[in-house]
Amino acid sequence: MIVKRDKLTFWERLYLPALVGGFQVTWRHFSRTLFRGKAVTMEYPEQKWVVPPGYRGAPYLVKDQEDRTKCVSCQLCEFVCPPKAIRITPPGPTGAPGSGNVEKGPKEFEINMLRCIFCGFCQEVCPEEAIFLMKDYSLTGTNRQEMIYNKEKLLSLGGIHQDKIQKWKHKADEAKAQDVFPVPPAK
Amino acid sequence: MSAPVATEPKPAPPAVETLKVKVDGLEIAVPKTMPDPLTGKPVPTTMIQACTLARTDVPHYCYHPKLPVAGNCRMCLVEFGTPAMGPDRKPVLNPDGTPKIAKSPRPAIACATPISPGMEIYTTTPGVKAMREGVLEFLLINHPLDCPICDQAGECKLQEYSVDYGQATSRFVEPKVHKPKQVDLGPRIVLDDERCILCTRCIRFTKDIAGDDALGIVNRGSYNTLSAYPGKAFDNNYTLNTVDLCPVGALTSKDFRFQMRVWFLKETKSVCTSCATGCNIVIGAREEKVYRYEPRENDAVNSSWMCDSGRLNYKWIGAENRLTEIRRQNPGAGGEKITWTTAAKEIADRLLAAKPGTVAIVASARQTNEELFLLSQLAKKLNALTDSVPRIQIGDKLLLSADRNPNSNGAKLTGIAPAQLGSNLRKIAEGIGKGTIKTLLVFGEDVTRHGIGADLLAKLDTLVASEILPNQTTKLAHYVLPGCAHAEKRGTFTNGKGRVQKFMKAVEPRGDARPEGEFLHELVAAVNGNPGFTSIEGLFNWMAREIPAFNGLTWGGLGDTGVTIVLPS
Repeated sequence: MIVKRDKLTFWERLYLPALVGGFQVTWRHFSRTLFRGKAVTMEYPEQKWVVPPGYRGAPYLVKDQEDRTKCVSCQLCEFVCPPKAIRITPPGPTGAPGSGNVEKGPKEFEINMLRCIFCGFCQEVCPEEAIFLMKDYSLTGTNRQEMIYNKEKLLSLGGIHQDKIQKWKHKADEAKAQDVFPVPPAK
Repeated sequence: MSAPVATEPKPAPPAVETLKVKVDGLEIAVPKTMPDPLTGKPVPTTMIQACTLARTDVPHYCYHPKLPVAGNCRMCLVEFGTPAMGPDRKPVLNPDGTPKIAKSPRPAIACATPISPGMEIYTTTPGVKAMREGVLEFLLINHPLDCPICDQAGECKLQEYSVDYGQATSRFVEPKVHKPKQVDLGPRIVLDDERCILCTRCIRFTKDIAGDDALGIVNRGSYNTLSAYPGKAFDNNYTLNTVDLCPVGALTSKDFRFQMRVWFLKETKSVCTSCATGCNIVIGAREEKVYRYEPRENDAVNSSWMCDSGRLNYKWIGAENRLTEIRRQNPGAGGEKITWTTAAKEIADRLLAAKPGTVAIVASARQTNEELFLLSQLAKKLNALTDSVPRIQIGDKLLLSADRNPNSNGAKLTGIAPAQLGSNLRKIAEGIGKGTIKTLLVFGEDVTRHGIGADLLAKLDTLVASEILPNQTTKLAHYVLPGCAHAEKRGTFTNGKGRVQKFMKAVEPRGDARPEGEFLHELVAAVNGNPGFTSIEGLFNWMAREIPAFNGLTWGGLGDTGVTIVLPS
């Protein structure tokens, strides 16, 4: 393709007007930053960016308002996780002792934050609303092992989730009203 | 190569009369009668069997091809029609000459309704779909929907049919009926009564197949509850089959309880090694760990069942103390780790240096046909005395054989063991005592527990022990070779009735362990100069040519369910 170039006019060939125009833009930004304090950039890490709602940060585990670990170790997140960042150790025959009618809970729950791609599939697939992608986006550690978050760490970072449905509590109350509970523990 | 000598144990039943029926417009010829699952007597073919033959899926919960029909779940309801009869008892014909079909005004359960000539079965009509949706809705009224904590999730019929016929939300607003959960039904079974859909498969299995009338349903209506006989544990040796049969998660295995979700398990076709029956199994493993055995259907061997003792006999595969190193030992003075190449060379040198007749081999009837065959090649060259260890205990009438070795017949056919297993062990012990036997190869047995004590083993010049788990013999051996469990290699067994069945590799061997067949191949090649075959296929086909009883068999021809050979009497 042949690009047709227009011949420069005399005014354009002087160059100086264009230079002056450019300096005007530079000066405008310079004075806005320096004298009026309107910076475009941020003083990271002293200043932290506040993420918008719906941002997909690091996935953490949550407890409900009664301090029960909501995860029941169904391992659907482990199954759905595209980079295989999640690893759950099921509890074995003992289940989750002392958790009433929720017979099962994870013995160990690990997320490798180096592998995690923050896709949010784990949150989407979770039938118990036990894992959420929170607002943390800058995860650091001094070695790889440190970046594998275990159950304890995930729960402490996740905090409390105000569960509106409380499925298991509702089930237990319903059963209690029918005089079936307490459940005989499996030997 | 001669024609396969393989025959089924029973001759094919005489041809039965066939009927023509139409399933969703597809006309097929169906036998008029089919054998009853329990007695084997011919009983009229049912609509669900005709649909199965027509490869049409009819959803069902209570029906099972190997159990008596109960007809209580109503999931298999189908619509059907029969040829219309005129007042003259002749079929009414359509204008185009085809018989006119009088559609039944009511549906019928496909599992318990016999077929009749010219019958048409409709499984895809809107009416049938509505009935399935209705039945499913009823079943879900009191179902707890605790799929996230249920071990059946992933292989649950209720889940599967909910995808096909379920509603997104429940119309039922009343509280669900709650029943006992985590009921300790027996030593190996946990029952969750809320999940039970009352199909009675477990009751029928334990009463009619296992012969232990232990289970029943108590209470009425919505309060129907599966229960064991009061004060009696559900503890026969076949209880875990009810876990497989249970279409939902009501009966679950204590052993597999909360161990792993089923969708992670890689399934490998294998054979149970706990007795001479050789039940066909599926090994469920994930990341080199075996989680469970499940029976695999093979009507010539185990139908669809297996015993609990065989099913739970897998934990040793993942034992912590597995032998993982090839070791050259100086008994009593420690030893060192060596490589397979060094071991093969040194053992071959020692065997070649040994005078003919001074070598003995104790193989195990838990080894594969191929390994025993390679050992027999070695024995032939070295003129060695060979035997394997018998394991006779009490069997039962259903599946458990009195012979607890999976491959006694293989040991006999390859010539490793005499007709009476173990009758040469005494001779070997005497030979070592007298000093005529100087070299002993032990594969997969602890000979110190079978008449060749530590004092005798100390007299040997060379003791080679190939084992999976450490024992007294490996402690005293000059060479310790780590072996593989059957789940870690491929091979074949010959079961008590002469069925040659192959099994596949489910997990990787531990450490340096390697299939015995591979090492034996190298040893045999070094000792008698025969290059042999490195692949299991080549090895099996070679063995099939050499051993008369196996003539005509090929590795590929064994298929998934094996071939029965004629055992020499």
